[in-house]
Amino acid sequence: MRLSTMSPIVRLITQRITLGILLLFLVSILIFAGTQILPGDVSQAILGQSATPEALANLRAELGLNDPAYIRYFRWLGGVLTGDLGTALTSRQEITATLLPRLWNTLFLAFCAATVAVPLAIILGLLAVRYRNGVIDKLISGFALTSTSLPEFFIGYLLVYFFAVKLQWLPGISTVYVGMPFLERMEAIALPATVLTLVVLAHMMRMTRAAILNVMQSAYIETAELKGLRQIEIIRRHAFPNAIAPVINVVMLNLAFLIVGVVVVEVIFVYPGMGQYLVDHVSKRDVPVVQAVGLIFAAVYIGLNIIADVAAIIANPRLRHPK
Amino acid sequence: MPKAAMKRPHDESCSLLEIRKLRIEATSYSPGGDPQNTVIVDDVSLKLEKGRVLGLIGESGAGKSTIGLASMGYGRGGVRITGGEVLLNGRNILARGVQGLRKVRGNKVCYVAQSAAAAFNPALRLMEQVIESALLHRIATRAEAETRAIALFKKLGLPNPETIGRRYPHQVSGGQLQRVMTAMALCSEPDLIVFDEPTTALDVTTQIDVLAAIKDAIRDTGVAALYITHDLSVVAQVSDEIMVLRHGKMVEHGETRQIIEAPRTEYTKALVSVRSIEHQEKRPAACPVLEVRNITAAYGGHVKVLQEVSIEVHPGQTLAVVGESGSGKSTLARAITGLLPPTSGMITFAGRTLTPRLAERSTDDLRELQLIYQMADVAMNPRQTVGTIIGRPLEFYFGMRGRERDHRVAELLDEIEMGKGFVDRYPAELSGGQKQRVCIARALAARPKLIICDEVTSALDPLVADGILKLLLRLQKIEDVAYLFITHDLATVKAIADSIAVMYQGRVVRYGSKTEVLTPPFDAYTDLLLSSVPEMELGWLESAIKGRRMASGGN
Repeated sequence: MRLSTMSPIVRLITQRITLGILLLFLVSILIFAGTQILPGDVSQAILGQSATPEALANLRAELGLNDPAYIRYFRWLGGVLTGDLGTALTSRQEITATLLPRLWNTLFLAFCAATVAVPLAIILGLLAVRYRNGVIDKLISGFALTSTSLPEFFIGYLLVYFFAVKLQWLPGISTVYVGMPFLERMEAIALPATVLTLVVLAHMMRMTRAAILNVMQSAYIETAELKGLRQIEIIRRHAFPNAIAPVINVVMLNLAFLIVGVVVVEVIFVYPGMGQYLVDHVSKRDVPVVQAVGLIFAAVYIGLNIIADVAAIIANPRLRHPK
Repeated sequence: MPKAAMKRPHDESCSLLEIRKLRIEATSYSPGGDPQNTVIVDDVSLKLEKGRVLGLIGESGAGKSTIGLASMGYGRGGVRITGGEVLLNGRNILARGVQGLRKVRGNKVCYVAQSAAAAFNPALRLMEQVIESALLHRIATRAEAETRAIALFKKLGLPNPETIGRRYPHQVSGGQLQRVMTAMALCSEPDLIVFDEPTTALDVTTQIDVLAAIKDAIRDTGVAALYITHDLSVVAQVSDEIMVLRHGKMVEHGETRQIIEAPRTEYTKALVSVRSIEHQEKRPAACPVLEVRNITAAYGGHVKVLQEVSIEVHPGQTLAVVGESGSGKSTLARAITGLLPPTSGMITFAGRTLTPRLAERSTDDLRELQLIYQMADVAMNPRQTVGTIIGRPLEFYFGMRGRERDHRVAELLDEIEMGKGFVDRYPAELSGGQKQRVCIARALAARPKLIICDEVTSALDPLVADGILKLLLRLQKIEDVAYLFITHDLATVKAIADSIAVMYQGRVVRYGSKTEVLTPPFDAYTDLLLSSVPEMELGWLESAIKGRRMASGGN
């Protein structure tokens, strides 16, 4: 089917997804090029300073390092597309095998934080609009801004101090393992999930509030008021559906942060996720792992942004129901 | 009907709506200064009986919308009702608090807004919005309300009444939306409807249909109405009595016939006789200043918005381009100015051939062809003073500096009848008419041969618009400048044009001197356009509807 013959909504969505995939390829080139520019030699790194020149040359040939850069890029890309992210230099293990459980841990933590943070932020945003410029609005904004202004390591240690050390309700170290019972797992991640929730809450809440307040200026809000509807009904039924696109956008940005930006929180709580894995291998200069994690983070970021774009397109009645 | 049964006996003895000594104030906060209290409505009283229609008329700022909304206990944007009573069926609704007001709104009193396109929620289907207040106030069940809505759609002459409710606002034309909004107001069977300029945003040819639909609906349902408008000839068609307002005070109140045939106050007389400018049409000169030959233009490469358009403008004369929205008249201005390069055809200006694209034109081409827009306030930088705004073209085109420039700015301000005191003011400190005058002075500063005026008086009150038209005519005599005057208002055309081009669907359908164009026999579209312009006489609406040969667009 030619692009011009599709319905506008299908065309727009196809466009966004194609652009997203294209962008991901560009990012993969950037990541590959970036790691090539770095000084040092992989075979030297593997064999160490004392290696003989013959051993180095042999290993280079074995790893294919003598091939031109673009051939090595396509070899790497081909591996990525077939699920093979390469081998870690330090541990000599398959990256895919080590990375998958950690990715799952990170996603689980992010998912738990999001299921609390997103509805909470939207409800608080709606309430802030309902009682705008009043005490409730100021309390909500004050609380949210305070929690965002404090660095996440500070909130993290504060929570550890009170809930793990003083009250001893929750563990201060979030150890999880495969086959761990669900409730125990929830208990283990309660503190890091709380920290993440507090960190992303304010941004989403403030944006929800601003987006709805913007819509509240519209003439159709006056129409709704003149029908005799209650304020909260007006906000829920008439304002929120028209503010959904900017809200989805900011929610997706924050979800991306929950996955990509958890490094500090994972380190504080010694949580076996992607962030810790990345930090460990950056300090060990393990280039293939850094490449792999970088690519996954980029994919998450681009993917969530595509979802935000597509959702905003679908939320627009003008595109959903063309003339 | 349950609602009638609920009415208390003493309701029959008093007026449906009675407003006593209404006073409405607003507080404006100017940066730096103390909060300023403004009285918007002062000591206005009125009575409305069941089934009657009262027209509220006045210029912008007269307080007519504010009074209309006060009948629902509503103050728009921080406006406060500070005195008086609003009695609905004998009970003061202002004394009943927010809860009480909510029971009145959408139930006893409904509202029809000026721009239905903005007043409908874009995210909800029309039916949901039409029946919303009937459901909210438990006047009907969903099924009953939907049946009633469909019956109202039918009565208001909407196409496909059974299914139009399933559409979204953007899928329906402006004239149809205005009728859906009227149906929305009628759906909860209110005692009173406030119509706030319901046809002002529509084309004349559409306005007449909506007006007729509203009038029939009022007559058939027996609902009372406050009809707010700035157009006396429109209100004369629908109302039983008229109240004239100015600066928040009542000027005159009487039966419709008395107001338009025998007005008592000077102000009402001025309103009735507005647009009485006599303009003697000039004969075309040998050589036109602007010649447009067979221009075709398109948006996005394929949507043709202008087709084979040819016009001429003669030096020191005015060509009026008329047509409804979407007829291509503003696009013609964009094509001439080079903002939308035509795909074919030729433009000759002052003996030179103009390049299609703006970027390739010489400074003189730019200087001698100026443009004035409808929205004067968005056409000026709000952070520049009047002196800077008018001085800019003097610096840019003539390299004037210092005292020489200031002297010329003062001269131009004199020409637009704004004294020296205005040089240091900012646009926000000017009225709508003054802003438009500054835009005119800015265009004149370039000493142009031709000024394109795009709906320059459409956003202004009739009396202010009249002042602008008179100014433009006077300036034409002094500066010998030609105008290409784009408008949808035929009264303006009659007042100012030497020749006329009527546009319809991207083509010029009638073209010639003013007398030729306005003398029968007409083509079908020109006939529709001319017969749709409301006239200030009783019964005009009925005879105009009867005499039409062609249905207007959007139906």
